[in-house]
Amino acid sequence: MTRRVGRTGIFQLAGSAQGSALVLSQPLSFWGGIDAETGDIIDHSHPGLGENVAGKILVMPSGRGSSSSSSVLAEAIRRGTAPAGILMERPDPILAVGAIVAEFLYGMSVPLVVCDISGIVSGHRIAIGLGEDARAIIRI
Amino acid sequence: MLQGEHGPAAAAAMKILVAFSNAVGAPKLLDISGAHIDGCLYHGKAGLDFVERLVEGNGRVLVPTTLNVGSFDLIHPGMVKMPAAQEAPARRLMKAHLELGCQATFTCAPYQTRFRPGFGEQIAWGESNAIVFANSVIGARTNRYGDFIDLCCAMTGRAPSWGLHLSENRRGQILFELTGAFEPSDALFVGVGLIIGRASGDRIPVISGLPQPRDEDQLKALGAAAATTGAVALFHAVSITPEANTIDEAFHGMAPDETIRITRADIDHALAKLSSVPDGAPLAAVSLGTPHFSHEEWMRLLPLLRELAPSRGIPIYVNTGRATLTRLQDEGALAGMEAFGLIPVADTCTYVTAIIERLDGVVMTNSGKWAHYAPGNIGVSVAFADIRDCIRSAAVGHVLRSVS
Repeated sequence: MTRRVGRTGIFQLAGSAQGSALVLSQPLSFWGGIDAETGDIIDHSHPGLGENVAGKILVMPSGRGSSSSSSVLAEAIRRGTAPAGILMERPDPILAVGAIVAEFLYGMSVPLVVCDISGIVSGHRIAIGLGEDARAIIRI
Repeated sequence: MLQGEHGPAAAAAMKILVAFSNAVGAPKLLDISGAHIDGCLYHGKAGLDFVERLVEGNGRVLVPTTLNVGSFDLIHPGMVKMPAAQEAPARRLMKAHLELGCQATFTCAPYQTRFRPGFGEQIAWGESNAIVFANSVIGARTNRYGDFIDLCCAMTGRAPSWGLHLSENRRGQILFELTGAFEPSDALFVGVGLIIGRASGDRIPVISGLPQPRDEDQLKALGAAAATTGAVALFHAVSITPEANTIDEAFHGMAPDETIRITRADIDHALAKLSSVPDGAPLAAVSLGTPHFSHEEWMRLLPLLRELAPSRGIPIYVNTGRATLTRLQDEGALAGMEAFGLIPVADTCTYVTAIIERLDGVVMTNSGKWAHYAPGNIGVSVAFADIRDCIRSAAVGHVLRSVS
């Protein structure tokens, strides 16, 4: 059930990506929450436990918890187990740093967008692209 | 600095810092007086690649810079068991940070060292418990810096001018009212931390009705729990923390966006969720000191060990900073304590690396943070209790908790 709707957002790290949405109802800490070797969600207290983020467009309200999440995201990007892109309602500097450093070290870009995430459901195809005025365009 | 007149490492650090500043919308940078780097835990090659790139570029930190825990206890060789292929890069990561001029503190509690900042100081700290402690208990000013960016701040002596560095952004936003009379037990502070972390999101919580803490370690536990269940970087506790002499001061004279009542039942519920096993479960180990045990906490633990004299060989791991450990050794305070199963751990923590021998069993802890993360990190079952119940349980061999 593809819905041709678009919305705009603000890039924390610019880039383009597409993939299937993985929507988390609660914020996830990458440290203690994601296994960088596999992309599996391993936080036992998180409703997304057992899901895998690799190649997905991860959609969640915000980041959470430990500041070590930057390293876990950068390592997951290096290994190819990271989400293809991340959409959040609120900016998260810790995830932004992980994505910026991975781009600096390896030239691999995982765009990070702050936007309205309402109405997005896991499994939706999502495309993140660069719009005018350097804004993010999200197509669902 | 961007042009490379301070060397390629400083230029790279400044480039990332500027990109980060743009990402968070900071209009300019400000000077900092210190940094705490949460980059010594080996999470994989990316972290090491970054530091090696800075070392190759002749990088040096420009401000006094402490280091968070690493994957190894360098004071007690052999304690951490790791395959050789993982050990070499994990050790190199710790050493490479020293080559950048960082201090060999390897503690998650830099506020317990001689590098503790003062009220109002601008700093750039990583490690969620250290961040919330510095902002809330000391009144120093830092945002939640993560791996990499904390080092970029240290290498440049600068931080983005935004967020909690600025007075206007330190205003309380959500009020938590404790209803009823509460004794200042260790568990109370953990429970309050868990609840405010979960409910605050990225808003700044203000707590009223909290009893005066016995010491700053109870506030340490509260902050660590709040930064575990949420993104709390600063809390105010009315008539306890330095920017909240009154409720009005905490809210900068404005009204709270929301008020949430906390009852005894809420706290009991939050604490109960930390334990995955019932009382009576056989005990494999005890783990204390997350965040790192302070000297004051040691002074409460050691008499308990003498009094309850656990003798079943159940290991009691206590994570602590190497400076605290050195002081204890100088005082002769640890003599004979190994007979009770005491195993001091420095430079690292039992839930981030391979220290605990029996991972198939139940580990008891007094730490809300440890209880939350350990099942996912190292696969243990956890029972949460205060220190006294942890030691009593080690003495009898199974989980034993007094009704609080």
